[in-house]
Amino acid sequence: MDSRRRLRLERRRLLRAPKGWFLVKSKKKRYRLRGWLWVLGLVPFAVMVLAFQLAPVWSMLSGSFRSDADSRWTWHNYYTALNSPFYLKAIENSLLISAYSSLIGIVVGLVCAYSVTRFAPTVRDRILMLSNMTSNFAGVPLAFAYIILLGSNGVFTLLFREWGWNVFDGFDLYSWTGLTLVYVYFQVPLSLLLLYPSFYGIREQWKEAASLLGASSWQFWRSIGLPILAPAIFGTLGILFANAMGAYATAYALVGGNYNLLAIRIGSIVSGDVTNQPNLGSALAVLLACTTLLAVSLNAWMTKRSARYLTGAAKAPPRTGPVRQRGTGVALAEAKEGTG
Amino acid sequence: MTERNQAGWGHRTLQSLLLLYLLLPLAATAVYAFAGDWQDTVLPKQWTLEWFENLFQDTRFLEALWNSLYLCSVSVALSLAVMIPAVFVLTVYAPRLESLMKGIVVLPYAVPGVVAAVGLIRTYSGGPIDIAGTAYLLVGAYFVAILPYMYQGIRNSLLTVSAPELMQAAGLLGAGPVRAFLTVVLPNIVPGILVSTLLSFSVLFGEFVLTNMLVGAHIQTVQVYLSRRMGESGHLASAIAISYFAFILILSMVLMKLGQLRGRRVKG
Repeated sequence: MDSRRRLRLERRRLLRAPKGWFLVKSKKKRYRLRGWLWVLGLVPFAVMVLAFQLAPVWSMLSGSFRSDADSRWTWHNYYTALNSPFYLKAIENSLLISAYSSLIGIVVGLVCAYSVTRFAPTVRDRILMLSNMTSNFAGVPLAFAYIILLGSNGVFTLLFREWGWNVFDGFDLYSWTGLTLVYVYFQVPLSLLLLYPSFYGIREQWKEAASLLGASSWQFWRSIGLPILAPAIFGTLGILFANAMGAYATAYALVGGNYNLLAIRIGSIVSGDVTNQPNLGSALAVLLACTTLLAVSLNAWMTKRSARYLTGAAKAPPRTGPVRQRGTGVALAEAKEGTG
Repeated sequence: MTERNQAGWGHRTLQSLLLLYLLLPLAATAVYAFAGDWQDTVLPKQWTLEWFENLFQDTRFLEALWNSLYLCSVSVALSLAVMIPAVFVLTVYAPRLESLMKGIVVLPYAVPGVVAAVGLIRTYSGGPIDIAGTAYLLVGAYFVAILPYMYQGIRNSLLTVSAPELMQAAGLLGAGPVRAFLTVVLPNIVPGILVSTLLSFSVLFGEFVLTNMLVGAHIQTVQVYLSRRMGESGHLASAIAISYFAFILILSMVLMKLGQLRGRRVKG
């Protein structure tokens, strides 16, 4: 046996070793039996995923290429979606409100995240817990709370009118500004939660070194701080953008189907409120899914990048207790995007 | 580190403003739910429990609450029954398939609820399996919606207790794989799975898009009921919103305590 072959065999043995070696060691027959058993464990999962995830995706994809009139293969649905002024406007509105609300969310989140890292860990965790708690307040209840606060008979609206303040004159909760305001509300806690860990990657020594070399605080942030945070910022931007693009409940609860947003349009086409064009609805849904998938993969890509940057101090925490808990927090906050 | 522990006034003001901004809508809803008469004053003139009384005598609300609890429990239970064996098998016997699994599991996370609803409605209205508008369809949709949390939770707990090594040890001592799983691995991962179970439950309890689009016309959950009653009585709707929030809050408190306990155990 030549040495290279032996090496390869040896490597294969080593690679296989941790993956349940007792199976390899036991008699061949029993191994086969157990091989059967583990496949059985996967069957229910495969059935559920096939039925409720893959089949719907396939049905939607294939449907989006079929004509609503005579169900022949066609590009027509995408052509309509991207050329009719109505749907084009819905796409544009969705993109704009997502961009604005995520940018505002990022800026507010960035400032607050920096500030929260200046506190002692116990205080920091308490602030984060409160902010996290409010992220449960998304979707329908959130829209309702804003109607109470700023709606046409809202508490603030009436109070300010009574006091003769006119800061909110001309403000309409049911306008685009109003909707953006509500979107920003559910973006801020998420952005704060996703951004603050990356501030621990910036070490005090770097600031000291920069100031010894004569850099002002602004110069430090512009040429060292922000470039280091950039992957985290863009990654979070991706998540926030996807979050806003997919948000349906908030807008739906504020004014029903009246907003011309992509998610709302898809909802009303499919539930048959307006017209019966399921295939056009599928094409719009595919377009929406493409934007959110792109935004989320931006996040994945950026996470990989920042993992390369951040070493030592920043990488050490994710093994200890409190961080584990933070992981749940992140998951919880991200979970809300579906309802947002 | 000393500098970090003494945040300046600027930082304190900023954080107070942030919390004020975040808590204000919540506080307004809470005040509104207990307010008797609230027109143009900072705080209401009278307080009352009338709205909560009305709410808990409202059979339609109780029905919605029951629907929510029932549907979420069934979906989470189903997910546990399906996911624990699947993730276990993958982690222990076929780690090579894990990247495929990750791809499947991350999809519901990246695809918005509206899009998922479109696919589900297309597949299950008409055709050979016509379950449109039924609880079966919703439970299936819920199963997919909580896939990411369940997968992550179960996988993490399996890795935390080093399930493959536990299986090896049990195998050396003569236990068959099924017995080793039921008596050694399963009891050890229960605390970890409890966290992802509660998390999934609270996610589903707050779910609106799928519920409204798939079964909204036939089955009302708390969220759907709230959206229907919002226009009618503000006080009643705030009472619903506050009850919902209180429930979720209790759930997340339990969740956090569990997380802390687990963290301490892992450390110690």
